[in-house]
Amino acid sequence: MKILILGAGQVGSSAAYHLSREEANEVTIVDMRPDVLRELQDRLDIRTVVGHAAYPEVLKRAGANDADIVIALTDTDETNIVACQVAYTLFHTPTKIARIRAADYMNANKLFVQEAIPIDVRISPEQLVCEYIEQLILYPGASQVLKFADGRVRLVGVKADRDGLLVGQEIATLKEHIPNTEGRIAAIYRSGKAMLPKGDTIIQEGDEVFFIADRKDIRIFINEMRGLEDPVRRVVIAGGGNIGVRLALALEQTNQVKIIERDPKRARVISEQLNKAIVLVGDAADEELLLEENIDSVDVFCALTNSEEANILSSMLSKRLGAHKVMALINRASYVDLVEAGSIDIAISPQQVTIGSLLAHVRRGDVVKVHSLRRGAAEAMEAIAHGTKEESRVVGRAIEDVDLPKGTAIVALVRGDQVIIAHHDTVIETDDHVIMFMTDRRKIDKLESLFQVDVSFV
Amino acid sequence: MNWTVVQRILGLLLMIFSVTMLPPIIVSFIYNDQAWLSFVEGFALTLFAGILLWAPVHRVRKELRLRDGFLVVAAFWTVLGTFGAAPLYFADSLTMSFTDAVFESMSGLTTTGATVLSGLDELPKSLLFYRQQLQWLGGMGIIVLAVAVLPMLGVGGMQLYRAETPGPVKDTKLTPRITETAKALWYVYLAFTIACAVAYAAAGMGWFDAICHAFSTVAIGGFSPHDASIGYFDSAAIDVVAIFFMFVAGINFSLHFFAWRYVSVRHYSQDPEFRAYSFMLIVVSVLVCGGLLSHYGFENADRTIINGVFQAVSIATTTGFTTDNFSAWPAGIPVLLIFASFVGGSAGSTAGGIKVIRWLLVYKQGVREIVRLVHPSAEIPVKLGNKAVQYRVVDAVWGFFSIYIIVFGIMLLLMMATGLDQVTAFSAVAATLNNLGPGLGDVSSGFMTVSDTGKWISIAGMLLGRLEIFTLLVLITPTFWRH
Repeated sequence: MKILILGAGQVGSSAAYHLSREEANEVTIVDMRPDVLRELQDRLDIRTVVGHAAYPEVLKRAGANDADIVIALTDTDETNIVACQVAYTLFHTPTKIARIRAADYMNANKLFVQEAIPIDVRISPEQLVCEYIEQLILYPGASQVLKFADGRVRLVGVKADRDGLLVGQEIATLKEHIPNTEGRIAAIYRSGKAMLPKGDTIIQEGDEVFFIADRKDIRIFINEMRGLEDPVRRVVIAGGGNIGVRLALALEQTNQVKIIERDPKRARVISEQLNKAIVLVGDAADEELLLEENIDSVDVFCALTNSEEANILSSMLSKRLGAHKVMALINRASYVDLVEAGSIDIAISPQQVTIGSLLAHVRRGDVVKVHSLRRGAAEAMEAIAHGTKEESRVVGRAIEDVDLPKGTAIVALVRGDQVIIAHHDTVIETDDHVIMFMTDRRKIDKLESLFQVDVSFV
Repeated sequence: MNWTVVQRILGLLLMIFSVTMLPPIIVSFIYNDQAWLSFVEGFALTLFAGILLWAPVHRVRKELRLRDGFLVVAAFWTVLGTFGAAPLYFADSLTMSFTDAVFESMSGLTTTGATVLSGLDELPKSLLFYRQQLQWLGGMGIIVLAVAVLPMLGVGGMQLYRAETPGPVKDTKLTPRITETAKALWYVYLAFTIACAVAYAAAGMGWFDAICHAFSTVAIGGFSPHDASIGYFDSAAIDVVAIFFMFVAGINFSLHFFAWRYVSVRHYSQDPEFRAYSFMLIVVSVLVCGGLLSHYGFENADRTIINGVFQAVSIATTTGFTTDNFSAWPAGIPVLLIFASFVGGSAGSTAGGIKVIRWLLVYKQGVREIVRLVHPSAEIPVKLGNKAVQYRVVDAVWGFFSIYIIVFGIMLLLMMATGLDQVTAFSAVAATLNNLGPGLGDVSSGFMTVSDTGKWISIAGMLLGRLEIFTLLVLITPTFWRH
């Protein structure tokens, strides 16, 4: 697939990295900064073009003529919008994805039609990250909560600890523990290695367990893996940027929210936007300020400033001062590795959160949703099965009869409004949403081809 | 330094290279010239050496770093020159010394075209074919070929590609994937080779000669299976075909690629380097023809003009074909021609020399200084085709220039120290460093009379010229080896 990425910022670069890793993709990236592009080209097998991302001449040079997808990720909404317009009008690009930051644009659905602004998919990394953190706060104990089928199914990652009810026991006993729930353990990571669980697998302390369950049962499941945590009430957010304010707005009705912002002018602006949350002016790594605001009784401390170093330091400090759980926004993969073993409970990588929403559109077959996991090594995917038994290689077959690549498991199906947890004898019907977990992303090719309808297939 | 990665790739490349010794065996059987044995030996030796390097580390899966890329390319070209010499060294009909064999093979691979052999017309056809084939492989670059056929080189392929491709701006890819870019270049190259062979045959060459000359023409090499080079045919039609294909091969291949991809020729005339390149060739041709006509008069004017243009294009693009002993031409023409070879062809072509685009940039900077004298406070960017050139590129061009001159000076002194006279030494260094081939004075028809030391200096010069100096020079700097 020929992919044109506009803007080599953090999101753009990481998209280029993830997309160019897959052999089938040819990635071209456009940016105005030659130095940034040179650095990217040294690391990745992509083509770079220097120029303004919305100019027809620049797009033409970047190969817009035969691009399959344009992904506009520059930091101005207007540039992204115009770029998609140009791609649509002059180059007839089939799929146009744009990053739209302003909520005003985002909410005006009528604007985004072919006749007005021809953008097929709008993504807002800030919003995605914000929703992601919200989920983590909603389900304390979870280290990852990923939605499928419009939120009807959730894939939850939990780190097992000693207090989990199932820890030290075989997975098969799960049914006896919680008889009236439906759910399934999708994968287990033990000291970095993936394993697909069987009935006699024993969960150990320190395992990272991914399970799928209905929304109402998630808490019960988490309790099977680790000690029960109280619902979050007091939240402190460090950094009053886009993500911080969005999160504060989302949480302020149900939680006690404090938000720390260094710039008094910015603090003034956000205090006008927020209703209940308290805006504090100061440095998030200021011990006095944190103590004064009772950091020791805070349930969650979220460091969401633009500087990842500041995020790491302020969340480590808060943890030491007694905050119950700390999360930090960290872009660099190497930093994530560094801190996850230490005192920071959850490192949030905005790139990983965002990349999934892009991956869904480059996959062949009717793929609805992709979540990238474990720094891109694993992937959870939702695809729709189409066709009849004769045309498709999945429809009309029991799960055990589907020729899945190694390291892949079908974990759930969504049929209409009904969520079906996958068993070996569950039969897939046409138009089912199939939710899968892949421990090895390199097998993706084979999986994609499974979901392509092949008319000649007999 | 990732020694294991370097070793693995080096082994793989050698194994690929060994395969190129098989076609001459076929040629040998076709013409029944009894010379196949040396190719079998060369093939076995190269393959075995490749396996020996590759086998112990074939499981290593590490990324090739920037520095490793330089090492692989430099080491590979050196090793290649040596192994490429094997069939020549083993050949019974040649009795070449090791030095001569390496010289000949390196001269082929670097598309220089200087030779130490005489009596070519008597040699087995397979050996002649092999020499031509070496030039053809070296033209577009055998590493570029490897990048095209080995997708596993991935990002590392880019490092290799950059270290091998000539020109000041090496970051422009034709396609997003480096393997696709390398493939595209080879397709264009292959298409030209076929077209050239057909054109030669149509102009009256036999098929063997047509294919052999096509190899060395599009590679801008200059080897010929005949002592008299293109002059052997004494045919105006063949001269014109050669002029056309030398001219085409000296153009940046990305322009050809665009012509092929978008079926258009307009972009040629818009490219500043192409315009400068054409302009230079026209000026040199006019000067040479003018000089010849004023000296020899207007009898046979058409033949004189074709001769003049042929020699001008052949030497200025650094091909090195001859139709006449140009070193004996009157007035300053021989020196003018040697000077023209310093300009060479375009960046991204198969030609040698300093490359037109660098001269263009230097010239534009000169003009800028003049404008600055008149308008001291003017802000004047160096522009190519209405686009400002980045400072880094301009800097790099100056760096290249100064190193080129220094290397040239040192090599000139070394050559003179081996006992050559000044004209011979000067032209010998120009002929090797610019990957030209024939020189003036004692080296006008070949390097047979040069001493062994002189030959090794020339070998170094050819390699420096083909890899544009920096790729080799970086290896002898302490910074490169410091961790």
